[in-house]
Amino acid sequence: MLEVQNLSVRYGAITALHGISLSVPAGGIVTLIGGNGAGKTTTLRAISGMVRPASGRIVFDGRDITGLPPHEIVRLGLAHSPEGRLVFANLTVMENLRMGAYLQRDARWIASELEHVFAMFPRLKERIDQAAGTLSGGEQQMLAIGRALMSRPRFLMLDEPSLGIAPLLVKEIFARLVELNRERSLPLLLVEQNAHLALEVSTHGYVLETGRVLLSDRSEVLRDSPQVRGAYLGG
Amino acid sequence: MTEFLQQLLNGVLLGAIYALIALGYTMVYGVLRFINFAHSDVFMLGAFVAWVSVEKLGLPTRSLLGGLGALLAAMSVCAALGVVIERLAYRPLRRRSTLTVLITAIGVSLLIQNVAQSPRLGFGPNPRAFPELFPSSQLHVGGLTVSTHQLGVLAVALVLLAVLYWIVHRTRIGTAMRALSFNATAASLVGIDNDRVISFTFGLGSALAGAGGVLYAMNYPSIDPLMGTLPGLKAFVAAVLGGIGNLPGAALGGLVIGLVETFVSGTRLSTFRDAIAFGILIAILLFRPAGLLGKPKVEKV
Ligand SMILES: Nc1ncnc2c1ncn2[C@@H]1O[C@H](COP(=O)(O)OP(=O)(O)OP(=O)(O)O)[C@@H](O)[C@H]1O
Ligand SMILES: [Mg+2]
Repeated sequence: MLEVQNLSVRYGAITALHGISLSVPAGGIVTLIGGNGAGKTTTLRAISGMVRPASGRIVFDGRDITGLPPHEIVRLGLAHSPEGRLVFANLTVMENLRMGAYLQRDARWIASELEHVFAMFPRLKERIDQAAGTLSGGEQQMLAIGRALMSRPRFLMLDEPSLGIAPLLVKEIFARLVELNRERSLPLLLVEQNAHLALEVSTHGYVLETGRVLLSDRSEVLRDSPQVRGAYLGG
Repeated sequence: MTEFLQQLLNGVLLGAIYALIALGYTMVYGVLRFINFAHSDVFMLGAFVAWVSVEKLGLPTRSLLGGLGALLAAMSVCAALGVVIERLAYRPLRRRSTLTVLITAIGVSLLIQNVAQSPRLGFGPNPRAFPELFPSSQLHVGGLTVSTHQLGVLAVALVLLAVLYWIVHRTRIGTAMRALSFNATAASLVGIDNDRVISFTFGLGSALAGAGGVLYAMNYPSIDPLMGTLPGLKAFVAAVLGGIGNLPGAALGGLVIGLVETFVSGTRLSTFRDAIAFGILIAILLFRPAGLLGKPKVEKV
């Protein structure tokens, strides 16, 4: 469903990605793991159009989307819940979700998807008129996921949804994500520092190191690989 | 007491006009983080569009419909002009430093002033008498003298503020403006075309400035191509006073500046009435850089 071919990205003089390739099959969950500065966020940014690749190609659902601006990529059904969540702190929970549906015109669909998001994260419903900036980190993460869903994605990318969130809540959020993937066969591309969890829920994984793909395999194979165990799973 | 109420009314009127202009500065700051110095010239052009529609295009004077027509003409032309200025002068500089854009804004401002002053391309440098747009009569309420013009200014300003509030808080594009002013990246990730929202913001702010120009001119005998400078600067101070980027702040700031200026004019310090706004600016920058309603945060302008 998503094919990244030989993608290179530069920030000025720094080369963040040196020609990486990866693919996410329809309905799959693929995870991208790697240390700080490996280029995980940059990969997602390039896919969603936030940074322009220096070279390489990104093909989504058979269509070359390389170099398209972000708002057009969202329109094609590719949603990105960014690093640091970036919920609109000055808007209420409801306004954030409605902005997620910025491109959706069908009021009935919007209403039913709102219900779905609230069923998934009941805490958001209790805080419907609260400014998003005053939510806890975990609630903001739920909101970021909810906002991404409101764009009616056919493909969802998440950048470190577990960051700064208590382990129990992380489990909860991941369970919801896996349900989404099952029920809607919504493909997920998941960036995670928490390699344990990521390799548990995903079907395939890629290990990035300094802008290159170091390893890629089925997740259960990576889980048992000594290299991954040593570097990312704490032995 | 009557004297006080009279001054209070005058101050509120002037303040409402400053508020209309200040909102444009603050909205543009919100989405682009820079001060559009050409805003005060859009304000000036608003007055001239009303003048042209009466003097050259023959809209009737002292008529409710004629006056509203001139006002709408000024708002539409200014909105279009704001969109064009952004498109031609600022959008090409989107990834440049704020300083580059600020200097460009000053250039645009000078360009508009010079074209307006040119006898061939514009209106010439001399002041023009501003026609009476609306039917006017004096009302005496208690000991107060109120002209229907003043009531009209107040009514128009209040309606525009209410419409603006509605747009910003109740419509999709208004919510997108607020989303964009929080974070442009996040806005584009939900599918907002930031350039379109920025265009809309310029159009909206410029329409308000155009209306402000007409309302301002209604209270002064004449208009000229440099008339925007002083009210523009004061409105800018109002926006900073309220907390730049903060809409209710800009309205409040405008009101405060209008009131202070009016009351100072009524005292022996009246020669300082234009200086007072700048005194306020210096005081805010020293003691409360985030403004009255702004949240303190570190930000380079
Ligand atoms: N805007 C930028 N300007 C310059 N360099 C950048 C920029 N963004 C990222 N980089 C650099 O690119 C490299 C990859 O960064 P990236 O954010 O993709 O890493 P990451 O794998 O997501 O790391 P983390 O796990 O810490 O989030 C880093 O060396 C980083 O310093
Ligand atoms: Mg990252």
